[in-house]
Amino acid sequence: MIQKEQSMETQKAMLAGYFGRLATAQRDHRPVVYTFVPGNLTELLSAFDVIPVYPEINALQSGMRQRSDGFIREAERAGHSEDVCSYVKCDLGMMMKGNLGPTGEAIPPPDLLLCSFTGCFVFMKWFELLREQYGCDIAMLHVPYQGDGKLTPAMRAYVVEQLEREVIPKLEKIAGRKLDQARLEENLARSARAEDDLVHVFESAKARPSPIDAYFAGVYYIGPIFTSFRGSQDACDYYAALRREVDERRAAGLGPVTPDGPMAQEKYRLVIEGPPNWTSFRNFWKIFYDEGAVAVASTYTKVGGVYDTGFRHDPRRPLESLADYCLGCYTNLSLPARTELIARNVREYQADGFLFHSVKSCNSFSAGQLHMMREVERLSGVPGGFIESDLVDGRYYSHANIKNRVESYLQMLGSRRGAAGTTSSASAAPPASPQLHLPVHS
Amino acid sequence: MTATPPTTAEAARPLTTLLADLEASHRSLGMERVRSWKAAAPERRAIGCLPVFAPREVLWAAGALPVFIRGGGDQLETIRGDAYYQSYICRLPRSTLELGLGGWLDALDGMIFPNTCDVIRNLSGVWSSLFPAKLTRFLDPPQAGDQAAGIRFWRSELSALYRDVCALSGREPAPEALRAAILAYHQARRAARRLEAARIETPWRFPVDETYLLRRAGDVMPPLEWARLVDDYLVAAGARTVRPEDRIRVLVQGAFCEQPPLGLLRALERAGCYVIADDLTLGHLDSDDPDPDPGLDPLQALAEAEMVGRTASAVRYDAQGDRGRCLAAEAKRLHADGIIFAAPSFCDPALLDQPRLTKALGDAQVPYTAFKYAENTGQFQSIREQAGTFADSVKLWGHA
Ligand code: SF4
Ligand code: SF4
Repeated sequence: MIQKEQSMETQKAMLAGYFGRLATAQRDHRPVVYTFVPGNLTELLSAFDVIPVYPEINALQSGMRQRSDGFIREAERAGHSEDVCSYVKCDLGMMMKGNLGPTGEAIPPPDLLLCSFTGCFVFMKWFELLREQYGCDIAMLHVPYQGDGKLTPAMRAYVVEQLEREVIPKLEKIAGRKLDQARLEENLARSARAEDDLVHVFESAKARPSPIDAYFAGVYYIGPIFTSFRGSQDACDYYAALRREVDERRAAGLGPVTPDGPMAQEKYRLVIEGPPNWTSFRNFWKIFYDEGAVAVASTYTKVGGVYDTGFRHDPRRPLESLADYCLGCYTNLSLPARTELIARNVREYQADGFLFHSVKSCNSFSAGQLHMMREVERLSGVPGGFIESDLVDGRYYSHANIKNRVESYLQMLGSRRGAAGTTSSASAAPPASPQLHLPVHS
Repeated sequence: MTATPPTTAEAARPLTTLLADLEASHRSLGMERVRSWKAAAPERRAIGCLPVFAPREVLWAAGALPVFIRGGGDQLETIRGDAYYQSYICRLPRSTLELGLGGWLDALDGMIFPNTCDVIRNLSGVWSSLFPAKLTRFLDPPQAGDQAAGIRFWRSELSALYRDVCALSGREPAPEALRAAILAYHQARRAARRLEAARIETPWRFPVDETYLLRRAGDVMPPLEWARLVDDYLVAAGARTVRPEDRIRVLVQGAFCEQPPLGLLRALERAGCYVIADDLTLGHLDSDDPDPDPGLDPLQALAEAEMVGRTASAVRYDAQGDRGRCLAAEAKRLHADGIIFAAPSFCDPALLDQPRLTKALGDAQVPYTAFKYAENTGQFQSIREQAGTFADSVKLWGHA
């Protein structure tokens, strides 16, 4: 039987409520806005009582429900290239098949496409395609990339001006009313509270053993705050409860809860970069917990906001803090900044190693990862591993291959630790050739 | 439409010599031209620009030659660059790194990476950590839905860049220098328009491989010098006596970044097509880019031209959602018989755009065909056959 944390049950109930609201949105005259996770403006949307839909989340859920391969095929039959992002194709294929959500009810069409063009070039192309299908208006929010490693006042001013002149007027139009400033500020204050709790939860992984898995379980922890719940009381309650749950486990010296129950012994502490594979998510996770490997930090849990470096939504500067949020999402950071963040996580979480999961679909994450891996090795003194598959295209997930590679990598970490006679990996030099670079299987 | 190549003061070189020079320069990636331009004065600088945007006027005004880098082509063996990229990423970043690591780009004093796609975006970070001593700048041309916000942002970005490149070349920033640069590129764009008009009018006199080499030379040349070269070519090629053949007139779309090999372009024409227009050298000396308003503050004029009038492409936000219809209309305006989509493998912007564009072409009954390539594609037989079949079916039935 699959074991779940209590917080997962709470989240399931929250999601059921969300899909219920979505199913009756048209009847209830509630506008629906499709948008993206990185750079999402949930507090602003809920200040208008607008319901957000995240096509990326639809795609990942389709992957977990084993529906994505069929949707991708559908999109490819309609002329979409096999070379491009599988999230886009999964979403388009799902739309062609009636746009049914996980509850079996159709997801309503958008009243507005809010393209928060943050951290991924494909977002723009994706929403151009959706606009063609739905024939609705699009609000284009260009969030400049922090390519030179800093967030400048000009970037912030640019995003704020677009919020004022493009995004808010278009939301006012579909909502039929003006922005309620007070409500926006309340939402932002609640966001900051939940963000504090989320950071506390993730930082609990500094303990030995870590009471959480910050990648595989981490994707559940970020669910509410990266999507439609940020800024809501539900999210505050959820994160407060999650924090208590994790604190209790930590006080009891327990490790993470896996689908097969609490993890017996923490043998390896890893930092993981890149999104997971969703089509075989449980099996993918199992490779790790079977070996006693726990993710103590991950970058995927920062795509919808990097909170552990101190950023919080701020009701005293609402639009500026929304701008800073959009600008600061993980994939909007320069490669050297991403590299430094991973190396810092390796040090601060006392990781034995770090693993790059490179996905074929996603150039935003993957292009440059081989260089990043070498740089993290240089900065942290810890050897890295490299595996490849895809997010929702099952053709590119080879379980045996990945299992083999991960196990070899962990063995290498184990023998290195034995050779160094210590559990602190940072004290040993990286091996001459630690790279485990797989070709994509077909 | 009539192409009237103006006469130049200089005696035109014989066409064969001119073309041989262009091809030799292309094979050596044009860096010899850059080195010799720089050698003429010690304060001269050269800045590389990745596809598909070069802030050419700003660089030129600051005393730097904009040098467009479009990958390594098919003559470069990519060994080190391959170690940086997984198999499912296009070739452009790996060959660009190969050029950098192999010393090919040593003449450059800096590199600009525009936000063309996530690959080039991330390449900026790889580059800055591999070449920390040189200027690396990431530029994010405005894609805002709101034009005023985009213009303000872009003006401030160009201003900062101008200041920084002036510091590199030891010049004082000056509006007059910017105005002069705007005028110089205006001349170059007019030459590009003459070249384009000639291709459209009598494509049998101006084959795509020649006009391509000419445009690639523009990637590494000062604007006025290039404009003169274009005119030399137009005079020389326009004078030759060649008869039009029974070929179809096509537009090539999607090849704006990683470039197809020259042999592939030749194969298209040998297969029965005249390539009358293409997006191969997008981003530099584009004939249909707007001319910045000379009456405005120059940085403001450049920002407005970028935000309001830049050529529609796969890497610019399609605010009106009508790029497909515009492409179909363009095909009709140019009396094209069809469109060839030629996109690099794994190229998100080009490949994600195609279904939208092909749908609009289908609606407008403009024939099209599509294939993918890589810059180091060595075999053109299947592409030649595909283009040949396309040309035959368009000739026979008016559609593919
Ligand atoms: S390229 Fe990556 S970040 Fe962009 S939509 Fe696809 S999976 Fe998401
Ligand atoms: S070929 Fe396409 S994917 Fe590759 S760098 Fe150029 S625009 Fe980006």
